Amino acid sequence: MRDRMPWAFRWETALALIVVLIGVIGAAASPDFLTANNMFNLGLSNGEIAIMALPMTLIIISGEIDLSVSSILGMSSCLLGYLWERHWAMPLIFLVIALVGLAAGAVNGLLVTRLGLPSLAVTIGTLTLYAGIADILLGPTTVANFPAAYTNLGVNAVPGTGNAITYSTLIFVVLAVIFGVVLHATPAGRSIFAMGASPEAALYAGIRVKRIKTILFMVSGLVCAFAGVLYTFRLSTAVANNGVGLELDVIAIVLVGGISIFGGKGSVLGTVLGVLAFAGIQNALLLTNFNQEASGVVAGGLLLVSVFLPNTRPLWRGIAARGAAVRGTS
Amino acid sequence: MAKRRARWLALALPLAASVALAACSSGSSSSSSSSASSSASASSSSSGGLKTGLKVFVIPKNLGNSYFTTADSVNSGGALAALNALGETGTETSGTADTPSSQIPAIQAAISKGANALIISATDPTALCPTLNAAMKRGITVVTYDSDAPTCRSLFINQASSQALGASEVDIMAKDIHDTGQIAIVSASADDTNQNTWIGYMKQELKKYPKMTLVSTVYGNDDTATSTQVTQGLLEQYPNLKGIISPTTVGIAAAAAVLDTPKYRGKVALTGLGTPDEMKKYVADGTAGPFELWDPANLGYLAAYAAVELASGKITNAAGQSFTAGKLGSFTVGADATVLLGPPFVFDSSNINQFNF
Amino acid sequence: MRATLTSRREHPGRGPGDSAGRSGGAALAERVFRIRETGIIVVLAVFIAVTAGVQHRFLSTSNIQFVLINTTIFALLALGETMVVVSRNVDLSVGSVLGMSAYLSASLFGGHAGLPIPVVFLAGLGIGLGWGIVNGLLVSAGRVPSLVVTLATLYIVRGIDILIVGGGMVTANTLPGAFTDIPKDTVLGIPYLAIAVALAVAVGAYYLRSFRSGRELYAIGSNPGAAVLAGIPVGRRVFTAFAISGALAGVAGVLWAAQYGTVDSTAGTSYELTVITAVVVGGVAIFGGSGSVVGAALGALLLSTINSALYVLGISSFWDQAIAGFLLIFAISIDRVIQVRLTAALRRRSARNA
Repeated sequence: MRDRMPWAFRWETALALIVVLIGVIGAAASPDFLTANNMFNLGLSNGEIAIMALPMTLIIISGEIDLSVSSILGMSSCLLGYLWERHWAMPLIFLVIALVGLAAGAVNGLLVTRLGLPSLAVTIGTLTLYAGIADILLGPTTVANFPAAYTNLGVNAVPGTGNAITYSTLIFVVLAVIFGVVLHATPAGRSIFAMGASPEAALYAGIRVKRIKTILFMVSGLVCAFAGVLYTFRLSTAVANNGVGLELDVIAIVLVGGISIFGGKGSVLGTVLGVLAFAGIQNALLLTNFNQEASGVVAGGLLLVSVFLPNTRPLWRGIAARGAAVRGTS
Repeated sequence: MAKRRARWLALALPLAASVALAACSSGSSSSSSSSASSSASASSSSSGGLKTGLKVFVIPKNLGNSYFTTADSVNSGGALAALNALGETGTETSGTADTPSSQIPAIQAAISKGANALIISATDPTALCPTLNAAMKRGITVVTYDSDAPTCRSLFINQASSQALGASEVDIMAKDIHDTGQIAIVSASADDTNQNTWIGYMKQELKKYPKMTLVSTVYGNDDTATSTQVTQGLLEQYPNLKGIISPTTVGIAAAAAVLDTPKYRGKVALTGLGTPDEMKKYVADGTAGPFELWDPANLGYLAAYAAVELASGKITNAAGQSFTAGKLGSFTVGADATVLLGPPFVFDSSNINQFNF
Repeated sequence: MRATLTSRREHPGRGPGDSAGRSGGAALAERVFRIRETGIIVVLAVFIAVTAGVQHRFLSTSNIQFVLINTTIFALLALGETMVVVSRNVDLSVGSVLGMSAYLSASLFGGHAGLPIPVVFLAGLGIGLGWGIVNGLLVSAGRVPSLVVTLATLYIVRGIDILIVGGGMVTANTLPGAFTDIPKDTVLGIPYLAIAVALAVAVGAYYLRSFRSGRELYAIGSNPGAAVLAGIPVGRRVFTAFAISGALAGVAGVLWAAQYGTVDSTAGTSYELTVITAVVVGGVAIFGGSGSVVGAALGALLLSTINSALYVLGISSFWDQAIAGFLLIFAISIDRVIQVRLTAALRRRSARNA
């Protein structure tokens, strides 16, 4: 079910051009835009959202959706604070958080695959439920006494990169490569496309739809829990409202990246470009003082453009077909 | 196969580009900070020994909050007005949500743009510290106002002595309810530095009134709907409640709206911290009694002067240092590197209509 | 109401065996449908009973009034959202539209002393209707999935609202007393506003059940392809649903201003999640085709009641979200189980009657 459109007419190409355009406009409007320092800041403010967008990409391509990502982030942040206050050792805390993340994802996955419930409704429910658990864990308190060794991971650059790459950026790049390989170069990845494009056909083709979807949700849970740890260390604060509302940003990024909400189409590259576009716009607005209050309007506009252009695909197809006919190929 | 390879190339390209750009311009980050300090020292034409041409960024908890708009803007005589008068370049910036992760990008952007000084109302006492400490390491002056981040700033401009504020709130309530009865507090967020400090002093002052009891403290999170519901819950849970103290402008307005019915007006007293505009109706019809605030514009004005004095090297943040803040007169740095604006101002029916913020 | 089973009214005059089978199936469906609504009422009653047992002031007149008023805004939003969801769409922009309407309409009072209150309501309705039309056009004519459209308008409307409001706010002293009294006036202890919204819900229920255009929304949600083939003007119906949802969000915004008196740019933030939770708890299937506005309104009432109970009992309100989330998952699981059993029962029935 992969898109057979020629390069020139794919959304990823248009998006790449948009990213370049943002870079050009940003640099023209502010000399601070294309600096290492700014790249660093971009990586910091968007690292967790970018990381969460990767498993979201696979989930949406498989035909489902996961709205609970920000609540899993928040719940893991509060769990980190809760256990740290009770003097658990950090490595043990990480293990518990990983398990809780997997469990949270498993709940989503099982409700969707075993009970056959729509993922939109299920994950709205778990969004609320996990946010509630985060609330219950820490209540009104804040935990902020994390040791510098850990909080430095959240704010220092990776050594040797000229102060430009944050740890979260590095993690994002590594994960993007991993997810990209899985999605585009393995049978599992092809299965994901297949089940998104046509669930019944995939089932009859022998693809283990339920198992793969459950795994996808569990991976999402694990990644989001991990993002919660990064988030907490970056702010050196664990508090119940960490991460509230981020799920909309994550989904917007994935959609801007050209992943179809109906499933069956998209690419990790698109998500990466979506991250760059989304973050780039917010950052450019901030640097040029162009009224960062307008960033919501720009984000929404970009989202609409990202779905409109592909809707004109039949037009492009027509052009491509005519071009092919002229060249005598098909 | 060619398509697949091409795809990998395209994946690698933007990433490689950003890394390459970063590597190429890794020198510019240090140069932008040195240009900042060089511009500061270059333009040390005096206005009473103070530097001019400094780039100062005023970063409230969030944009779109009328309290901060008054504190910061030129029209109201706030921080930006003071900065203009001193010949500095002042800019107000922040996020739109009252959270650290919304505020931090604005702080980072200010640093990127070569800030010489930051004037910040902290959304959280510790979450901003990594960013602020890094700023101070680069020679940027960091001053907090309204809400503090005690471990990562040079000076804190406090609107009023926290002790005076907490105590006076209880004293006003005591007068309202004749020293007897149950009272409750409708606060903002449970981890607000200033809220918790004030509440602590309120509890201390309450010891002077043995016949008054604090039955509950609830949190409205500075959200109108939540503040409304917690107030309603209080009224139901404690039918003999005599008074509500809400030391937050969102909370007091929400509580007033709930109490604004014949059933509660005059039976449950209300005081706290509020802006004159939002409380005019309720003071007029008797729902609320006298309440306090300070002039946010003066707070911003003072913070601007303090930041410039510090950035110019005219004062340090040691206790006992003093400076003149334009029309407001002279101020002295107190304990904990804190400068006090002055006593809280009491608004009541006799003076509320003179104010428009 | 399941579109495929309203056949009793659609096809009179069939053979006796056939109609017995069909009417049996339709009766079964109706009964199940009633069970779902009854279920919410039962949960509500049990909840109220238990809470009132612990703290009898939960049932005091003033608290009932509080709960009813707090519900009205969400009930209105749920009314519009149900129409959209039933047609297999979703409207995420309701919170942002409410916020913009609340500020703009309330600020009209400040600019024009003595403005009649109905004019302000019309203004709010107009603002909401405008955005509803935008959503409707993008979804029906632009053929963009509603999740994406309304996510985008959620951002855009909130962004424009923040730009317009800036650091300002509408304060209670600029609003006429008659306006802020609207949520407070009662008749026999019941707030007028609650009665008005209940009437609106009843009208909505009647429309969806008895007007063909209303029932067609269910058909569209059940099977969009079949609806097109059946000659239903899908585009027009969906457009209307979004327009109504937007208009109701606009009116809800005006009521928000009347209730709270102070309006800034944060009004209505995140309301869309609460509304969708209420709607789904109320038995409306997220993929459309079934559910009722009465159920959705009851869902909103249930959530408000739980909220109030936590505050009245003094239980840390931090349990509120966890309970709501659990309720939602429980509700859709139950619905699913009922649906599976119902389908199996119907299949057995029609096999028997075949």
